[in-house]
Amino acid sequence: MDTQLDLWEVFVQSKPGQSYKHAGSVHASDKQMALQNARDVYTRRGEASGLWVVRAADIAASSLSDHDMLFDPANDKIYRHPTFYQVPAGAKNI
Amino acid sequence: MTQTNALYHYCLRLGDDAVVLGHRLAEMCSRAPFLEEDLALANIALDYTGRAQLYFEYAAELEGKGRTGDDLVYRRAEREFYSHLLCEQPNTDFAYVIVRQFLFSAFDRFLLDDLCAGKDARLAEIAAKTLKETRYHLAHASDWMVRLGRGTAESNARMQHALDALWPYTGELFEMDDVDLQLLEQGIAADLHTIRSLWQTEVRQTLQRANLKQPPDGYMQTGSRKGIHSEHLGHILAEMQYLVRAYPEASW
Amino acid sequence: MPTTTTDIFTEKIERDLAIEPRDPMPEEYRRHLMRQISQHAHSEVIGMQPEGNWITRAPSLRAKMILLAKIQDEGGHGLYLYSAAETLGISREEMIEQLQTGKARYSSVFNYPALTWADIGAIGWLVDGAAIVNQVMLQRTSYGPYARAMVRICKEESFHQRQGYEIMAKMAAGTPEQHEMAQDALNRWWAPALMMFGPSDAESLHSKAAFQWKIKRESNDALRQKFIDKTVQQTEVIGLKVPDPNLRFNAETGHYETSPLNWDEFHRVINGDGPCNRQRLEHHRKFHEEGRWVREACQC
Repeated sequence: MDTQLDLWEVFVQSKPGQSYKHAGSVHASDKQMALQNARDVYTRRGEASGLWVVRAADIAASSLSDHDMLFDPANDKIYRHPTFYQVPAGAKNI
Repeated sequence: MTQTNALYHYCLRLGDDAVVLGHRLAEMCSRAPFLEEDLALANIALDYTGRAQLYFEYAAELEGKGRTGDDLVYRRAEREFYSHLLCEQPNTDFAYVIVRQFLFSAFDRFLLDDLCAGKDARLAEIAAKTLKETRYHLAHASDWMVRLGRGTAESNARMQHALDALWPYTGELFEMDDVDLQLLEQGIAADLHTIRSLWQTEVRQTLQRANLKQPPDGYMQTGSRKGIHSEHLGHILAEMQYLVRAYPEASW
Repeated sequence: MPTTTTDIFTEKIERDLAIEPRDPMPEEYRRHLMRQISQHAHSEVIGMQPEGNWITRAPSLRAKMILLAKIQDEGGHGLYLYSAAETLGISREEMIEQLQTGKARYSSVFNYPALTWADIGAIGWLVDGAAIVNQVMLQRTSYGPYARAMVRICKEESFHQRQGYEIMAKMAAGTPEQHEMAQDALNRWWAPALMMFGPSDAESLHSKAAFQWKIKRESNDALRQKFIDKTVQQTEVIGLKVPDPNLRFNAETGHYETSPLNWDEFHRVINGDGPCNRQRLEHHRKFHEEGRWVREACQC
């Protein structure tokens, strides 16, 4: 059987200070190669200030069947949002 | 030789190396061992072709005969090309591509370092831009040297074979003639004697990491400074210059 | 609240929510996408060859860099698409094997030869032009990874058609020989480019389901018409002629009418008897085999 090397996921930071966003995948056999391939594939137009690569096999992901259990409980915690609170009229910069 | 004339020749040589090696790398398009590496080699080919353009534009200005940078690439004959013999060696297999790139980039890296500090502002500016690219090329090629040198028995044998075959073309990289000496005196050209020892150290260390044996320094091929090449260059130019030569009046 | 997995899928499709790799989806949907995305990827990768045929003969350093950067993009796009297909549970190894054994196809247009430098213009202008019309639609396709790959691809491809058109315009306005080459290239690539959209949906086996699942949102004929209407005007601007004696503008519909396409040729070419089918696959196999020792060495 042929090998096309392992699958890695690529995260790109487009400007310093910004968060890393998933850009796509590359195949590679080691970290160095994965970084170089990510650079050659996903930053050809100078769109990056940082790169992360991680083996796809090492990523754990939530599944849709757990969606209710994982995400619905947060929906009614409205006290986590600033608009929940009443601020006396006239108070500034809060 | 006037200084301008010497500098013209110097730029021509730098441009010839870039255009010929860039051409060989461009030939690899759709021929790499896997897709990611195809893109990586294309990036290196683009870097070399881009810097060739910078060198030739400067050379054409220095020559001052109304020729363009492209005229220098597409309308010069084989005996008027001064690229190092190493650059024109064919893509026999991926091992040749990597070893050729490693040997040349290790040289280029120190050469550009020197030129950055040189007294010709334009050349120093080109060198500063291209040095960044070259550092990446060297890292990329060095990683492959180690990966394949330490890979399987087959990959090690292929790498050793390519290294043995290309080694005799490395002596020429450090030859200095009147052009070099004249410009060196003026603080423009690089001192290839110093670069040679830096290159040797770099190469020795990587070969050790890669489990590859450094070939003995036997007879070294030579000729490019005089426009004497291996048979390969003629074929490269026949292809590269075909349209411009077949339709001399046309512009594209 | 949807309970069965089919309900969840159907509801997401109805509400125009993207389907993601771990979502439940009907097996036929998965298979349809796997086939479509992998064939799209193969088209990008095989499509590197006709243009690659001219990299070493590009007539200026500028032209060489543009062409190489463009072909490199095609390789990158193949890669994005292979990755999108991989999320459906097929490996790149398997897809490459399907390509090389003829089980998976690729766009028939890449089985035509690139004969002169004007063909590089025609391919960029017409072949990429037709592909973009299709890909713009696919940015809204229902499968998330496919749609995201398309967004990236469309962004990157925006220069491809222009570079082709620039070559054509320059040659059409050049020496008589260049003008002739440009017209000749247009003559040869016009019909193959129009056939890229595929046969009329009425004849297409997969179309009905693809519409239902919102993989596809416009018909082959509608997309083809869009492309024709744009391209005829572009042809006139650079002084070339559309190679169709029956071309006429219908003022009532606001569209151009063209001769029927030769679908026998289309089927013959896609089934293996185009001018370059064997050459394209042979090239792919040869360099895949030559790279085997490298890939093996990487894995130890």
